Amino acid sequence: MRIKCRSISRGAAEGEVLLTHDAISFLGNVDPKTGIIEEPQHELYGKYIKDKVLVFPHGKGSTVGSYVLYQLIKNGVAPAAMINAESEPIVAVGAIISGIPLVDKMEHDPFDILKDGDTVKVDATEGFVETTD
Amino acid sequence: MHLTREEERTLNGEDGETLQKAIEILVALGDIYGADKLIPIKSAQIAGVSYKTIGDAGLEWISDLNGKVKVPAVLNPAGMDMLRWEEMGVDAEFAKKQHEIVAAYEKLGIQTKCTCTPYYLDGFDVKYGDHLAWSESSAVSYSNSVLGARTNREGGPSALSAALVGKTANFGYHLDEMREPVIAVDVDCELTGSDYGALGYLAGKTIGSRVPIFYMQSKPSKDELKSLGAALAASGAVALYHVEGVSPDAVKLNYERPDETLSVGKEDILEVYEKTAMIGDEIRDTDIVTVGCPHCSPDEMQKIAAMLHGKTLQKEMWVCTSREVADRYPELVNTIEKSGAKVVCDTCMVVSPAANNFQCMMVNSGKALSYVPSMCKVSAKYGSIEKCIEEAGVLDEN
Repeated sequence: MRIKCRSISRGAAEGEVLLTHDAISFLGNVDPKTGIIEEPQHELYGKYIKDKVLVFPHGKGSTVGSYVLYQLIKNGVAPAAMINAESEPIVAVGAIISGIPLVDKMEHDPFDILKDGDTVKVDATEGFVETTD
Repeated sequence: MHLTREEERTLNGEDGETLQKAIEILVALGDIYGADKLIPIKSAQIAGVSYKTIGDAGLEWISDLNGKVKVPAVLNPAGMDMLRWEEMGVDAEFAKKQHEIVAAYEKLGIQTKCTCTPYYLDGFDVKYGDHLAWSESSAVSYSNSVLGARTNREGGPSALSAALVGKTANFGYHLDEMREPVIAVDVDCELTGSDYGALGYLAGKTIGSRVPIFYMQSKPSKDELKSLGAALAASGAVALYHVEGVSPDAVKLNYERPDETLSVGKEDILEVYEKTAMIGDEIRDTDIVTVGCPHCSPDEMQKIAAMLHGKTLQKEMWVCTSREVADRYPELVNTIEKSGAKVVCDTCMVVSPAANNFQCMMVNSGKALSYVPSMCKVSAKYGSIEKCIEEAGVLDEN
């Protein structure tokens, strides 16, 4: 199934879905060296975001979070792509400077139709998300 | 968002990767906030300079960019005085990283003056209606409110992108309708000097990110407006405020009074001074006094020099300003430093790790009062410039 969405950071990638209903503050929530969610209060605590299609509502916290996404890419532990309910500037800017495809405002609510482990393709240049089933 | 053919070309990577990323950031932000187009800017001021705030992550990104800025661009304060860091108590490893950050910006054609008051610099004059891409919250507030220019509070990467492209997305405070006041603040007493910072410190908490219009009994000077705006932006997230009969938009556009009203009286203002002066029943003992948040204007430098002339201070005192203003008035710097106070350039008490070496700081800035306890883990006490100098312990007067 191909679902339309808005493109925020261009590029395309495929990966396994890792989904959370919690917003993410990349500064503080994510270890830039390992790509592990290190905030005990976070739904994804202890999970690796490396190579995943990370689905979360939106970013939050310090604007330094944008640079943390860049560090994740440099360290080879960044997500393959990201899907937001609605993107805000911290994650949008971070995704662009890091070259991580990012989309938001999917025509179908990603929290209804996607679950952990699904394989999806995010094409942020054309503006769609494709599920394999 | 409508893009010109030239902008499309840049977005497709025909002008290189750095510019492609830069315009992609501007377009993404424009899309998020519903901008119709990109508009030319006159200058940019770029946050994300102190190693204390951006760390290795930021340094890596900036170092990897290539290209030159298209409009005059300048930096936010760094984490240390770029020349006298050792004297400030900054360690060598931090200093090395800080120098690398500033050098990386310089490579992009950015002027390496590090200040929150770019409007005092040569080449950064601001006229009514100018569109800018500035970052630092007090500079944004001053340019929008006191000078009548138009800028959003840009993040580090978006201000840098705007500087590289020479444009920013047309949304927020660039638009007339977003600049109208939505909350009235009645100030029922005469204010002077640091009272304005106390007012901003109080009112910002209620106003949040909205646009207020102040109705005042006294007529604030530009320096007083500077401290009001800085405090409003720190305790709230105010990027634009108006003062009836004083600020340029309010004078020209004759805004209607908003329905919602906040009232502030003399007792509220006095409480800011009194509350921060005590811990329980004991008077707080300060070990450092800092002024110049935002960075001192030439007038403020002159006033401080006159007050310190011929005196010797017992405690550490920092007078923060931009290097350009300090260099312009060597005789004022000399007078201030003869008292034992330090004229600290390129940085301030909030963004420098050197401030963490103290226990209790006295400030005359509502902005510093908001940030010093959380960002430096140092308690803060509020007072006028006169009280600050008194607190620094005047030994002899000639």
